[in-house]
Amino acid sequence: MGHLTPTPALEPGQDKTMILNMGPQHPSTHGVLRLLLEIDGENIVRIMPDIGFLHTGIEKTCEAKFYQQVVPLTDRIDYLCPLTNNLCYVLAVEKLLGLEIPPKAQWLRVLLNEFTRINSHLVWLGTHAMDIGAMTVFLYCFREREDILRLFEAVSGQRMMTSYFRVGGVALEPPLDFFPRARDFAKRFPARVDEYENLLTGNPIWAMRTKGVARITAEDAIALGASGPTLRGSGVDFDLRRDMPYSGYENFKFKVPVGKDGDVFTRYMCRVAELRESIKIVAQALEGMPEGPIKANAPKVVLPDREKMKTEMEALIYHFKIITEGFAVREGEVYQAVESPRGEMGYYIVSDGTAKPYRVHMRSACLANMQLLPKMCEGRLLADVVAAIGSIDIVLGEIDR
Amino acid sequence: MAVTPAVTDLEQLKDHPALAPLLAWNRAAIEGVKFDRDEMTIYVGRDAIREACTLLRDNPSCPFNYFSDVTCVDWYPQEPRFEVIYHLLSISKKERVRLKVRLKSDSTTLESVTGVWPSANYAEREVFDLFGIHFNGHPYLRRLLMPENWEGHPLRKDYPVEGYR
Repeated sequence: MGHLTPTPALEPGQDKTMILNMGPQHPSTHGVLRLLLEIDGENIVRIMPDIGFLHTGIEKTCEAKFYQQVVPLTDRIDYLCPLTNNLCYVLAVEKLLGLEIPPKAQWLRVLLNEFTRINSHLVWLGTHAMDIGAMTVFLYCFREREDILRLFEAVSGQRMMTSYFRVGGVALEPPLDFFPRARDFAKRFPARVDEYENLLTGNPIWAMRTKGVARITAEDAIALGASGPTLRGSGVDFDLRRDMPYSGYENFKFKVPVGKDGDVFTRYMCRVAELRESIKIVAQALEGMPEGPIKANAPKVVLPDREKMKTEMEALIYHFKIITEGFAVREGEVYQAVESPRGEMGYYIVSDGTAKPYRVHMRSACLANMQLLPKMCEGRLLADVVAAIGSIDIVLGEIDR
Repeated sequence: MAVTPAVTDLEQLKDHPALAPLLAWNRAAIEGVKFDRDEMTIYVGRDAIREACTLLRDNPSCPFNYFSDVTCVDWYPQEPRFEVIYHLLSISKKERVRLKVRLKSDSTTLESVTGVWPSANYAEREVFDLFGIHFNGHPYLRRLLMPENWEGHPLRKDYPVEGYR
């Protein structure tokens, strides 16, 4: 965070260029991103992101909490895809513990994870289009997003900060009307994606603002650490869900959309195609949802059912022990990465054998993706910066943590 | 799926795609290995980290061309106090490896890998900011998340969770 002292690397040179401050309260920076732009007329000479305005020390806080108490914190890292962060964290802890997760819990996780991806992409599409000047798309996207948030509310009691995945399974059995409602949504949604595409894909203004803008090659994208749709838009065919499957993703059939031009339009097309693929995964998950328990059989780690607590002595003791003392995790370390809507979200957890994690580190996809901004924008027009920021889909909560 | 004990024997692991080229290059630079929970960890000497990273990036049979992350763990008050941890990924071979460098509390400096992967830029700045580890050769090593006049490095273990009041 460099806002206290002027940045010497950006001294204006020979009276030709000027420094323009953009953000942190600029509506098109998707949060509190501040950009220092050195401009020569309308052209960007240099661009330097300044971050840290949303730094809340989540990694430090995690070290003072029990393993199960960290789950709600992970919601707040990336507030557009809380369930993806929940999933990544619980997978990492389960890997540390060596827990086996029952199939129904895994399928529920995949199902809700894909709903989260759709939810996140809808917010991205709406705001990205609005940044570039297409107001209507936002209203359409938020109509469907509302449906998804209601599904989240039905299943977890919360619209946004769900904390639904727990170490060893999921928190609750979904209510009876959840599956019919989810099926109904899955049936309706592909036609809705057509609506968005009708508004944008063939639109000449949209094409002029996005085609050939903020181009990045595959080599640059890999070298600068891009991941997710930003990487695939440049033609690198890599998706963690397919290539390094986790949580039962190997049971699902889906395509990984890959572009080749590496511009804003290609990244847009990749994400829209991902919307269609995600709803296919949702349909498959609803179709083949296995029966069985939703929690692992590990009484020392997983909280007992409420009913059992009232009738069984042991369940009551375990409940008391887990809540007051947590559960110990054998020494070791794991790095677990999942494909979040923005790219490779990774959790690195170190255990020292106690009930609190010794170190939790989040590998943020947005932080790495943001390193592409200078490469994308330098030498281009000022107006393209907004399109470039939108196309890498950053969330500042995840960057600053 | 019970957790099996970690394997730390160099001989058993010497065919691992990340370890084999490193051993062929400089066996003295490898301070130890660990294979635990399906994840490979290689302890590399402090002075060798940059060359080791270059070698792994350019390794023809399994190129670790993607730099996922660098972070740090503070083992205060033990010595060596810091562990700097690199997570590398091979996109073509779908293989991950973790490199570790141990640092004593009186010499918290090591070579930057921004010349190998430009993507290490922000991650190294974050480690500098929150742990006070210095990376030689970094193009712009300044605080990333905390304000520039902040005192101390918050993720160190001797820094209180509530901060200094």
